[in-house]
Amino acid sequence: MHAEPGTIAELARALEARELTAERVTERCLQAIAARNPALNAFITVMADEARAQARQADAEMAAGRRRGPLHGVPISLKDLIDVSGVPTTAASRVREGHRAPTDAPIVARLRAAGAVLIGKNNLHEFAFGTTNEDSAFGPAHHPLDPRRSPGGSSGGSAAAVAAGMAYASIGTDTGGSIRIPAAACGLVGLKPALGDIPTDGVVPLSTTLDHVGPICRSVEDAQIMYDALRGEPSTEAGRQDPPRTRPREARGIRLGLLREYFMAVLDPDVASGFESACGRLRDAGVELHEVAIAHAGEIAAIYVHIVLSEAAAYHARTLEHRAEAYTPNVRLRLETGRYILAEDYVRALRGCDVLRAEVDHALSGCDALILPALAVPATTLGAETVRVGGAEEPIRSIMLRLTQLFNLTAHPAITVPCGKTRDGFPIGAQIVGARGATTALLQLARALEPCLTPGPVGLRS
Amino acid sequence: MTIQEWLENAMQDADRRGLPALRPLLEAFARATSVLRRADWNAEATGRSDTIDAR
Repeated sequence: MHAEPGTIAELARALEARELTAERVTERCLQAIAARNPALNAFITVMADEARAQARQADAEMAAGRRRGPLHGVPISLKDLIDVSGVPTTAASRVREGHRAPTDAPIVARLRAAGAVLIGKNNLHEFAFGTTNEDSAFGPAHHPLDPRRSPGGSSGGSAAAVAAGMAYASIGTDTGGSIRIPAAACGLVGLKPALGDIPTDGVVPLSTTLDHVGPICRSVEDAQIMYDALRGEPSTEAGRQDPPRTRPREARGIRLGLLREYFMAVLDPDVASGFESACGRLRDAGVELHEVAIAHAGEIAAIYVHIVLSEAAAYHARTLEHRAEAYTPNVRLRLETGRYILAEDYVRALRGCDVLRAEVDHALSGCDALILPALAVPATTLGAETVRVGGAEEPIRSIMLRLTQLFNLTAHPAITVPCGKTRDGFPIGAQIVGARGATTALLQLARALEPCLTPGPVGLRS
Repeated sequence: MTIQEWLENAMQDADRRGLPALRPLLEAFARATSVLRRADWNAEATGRSDTIDAR
């Protein structure tokens, strides 16, 4: 069961035209949650009463001519790392038992100001410290296409919720890929904005140097709408002419730098084939692709793990000493590892970030954006520690992070857009990376490329 | 502290704390630290290897 229309932009037009009410749309999402959440475990907290009240208020405001914008009356969910006043922020952990947020995170206040209906808090990998959403005090989230598979992570519940019609978008976080990975795994759009674009106050941190907040949704236009709302900016009304800053470009003439070396060296064959087909469609549309490289790509994973483990360990140090048993075992062990890292190696990793940032800037200097696959493998099997890629068994965590973590280190904005499916029908994502600080330009470019990349139905809806 | 010294110390501490499951994670992490320390952009006091301008 899916709520219709399919995207926020389509829904906004329908709400404005009074073809639908926010109350009806919200009820459909709540029905989808009731029907599918027992199997998918995408939600930790469902805010049904609050959502219904917000939806009725939205309808009353719209009927009185007080329309707030394209998010008015639209059901949105939130990764359960984000504070909503009066509601627990569990971080999917028993460590947070008894917590109740005293205030809204600033991004939640902005969503309320935009009129969004907050429908619930999504399951995640505990404290965002994983890529599969299987280590959670509330049990794993499951992929909407196959409950034996992970929806990706750490924002796995968010992606599953949007893919299964339980919400029109979800707000996730991304420290090494935790928006883009589940978005790619579930056939959705996932935006990691430029560092600092969206405030992280009121969001439980994983690694403050690398943490980003962003939307998981069904189209690039929706990502633009969500991005504007999260920044507290007035958004383009769906169906009206975009202002120049967001007006989609023509695909013809766009120049993309294709990251092949290292980034496409370890890829599932179907992902590789699907991505290459997408590149072919781009070329047919007049997009220019030329190969670029990141000289120190071989050090990305080492740099990332030294930063994320150090910073996460610092945040969790006290609870590791006094309440270690409250963590899920795998997350606890990885956090404990971080407490052994030497300061000199953390400093080396920060230097490595500078090097990589300059190399990505250089790669971008001759093109409008970079392009590469978003996720090297299709949705993985829950409980698996490795996945077979190209004849070798690869550790799941490292293969899941391989294509995304670079852009957390360098702070470049990056978006994943669906670009095909495997022979088994599992989604494949293409990742587009923009210049530092230029998230709006990236969204504008991604909207131009989206029709070539995603020729079929959005997400998992058939 | 060399990586080997670090690893031995960390493993001894993990064993002392009753966390033998940390051993494989520490070994994997030591490999990552080795990659990090071998990188050609690391500066050192002799003045060698200051060849990458990342600013």
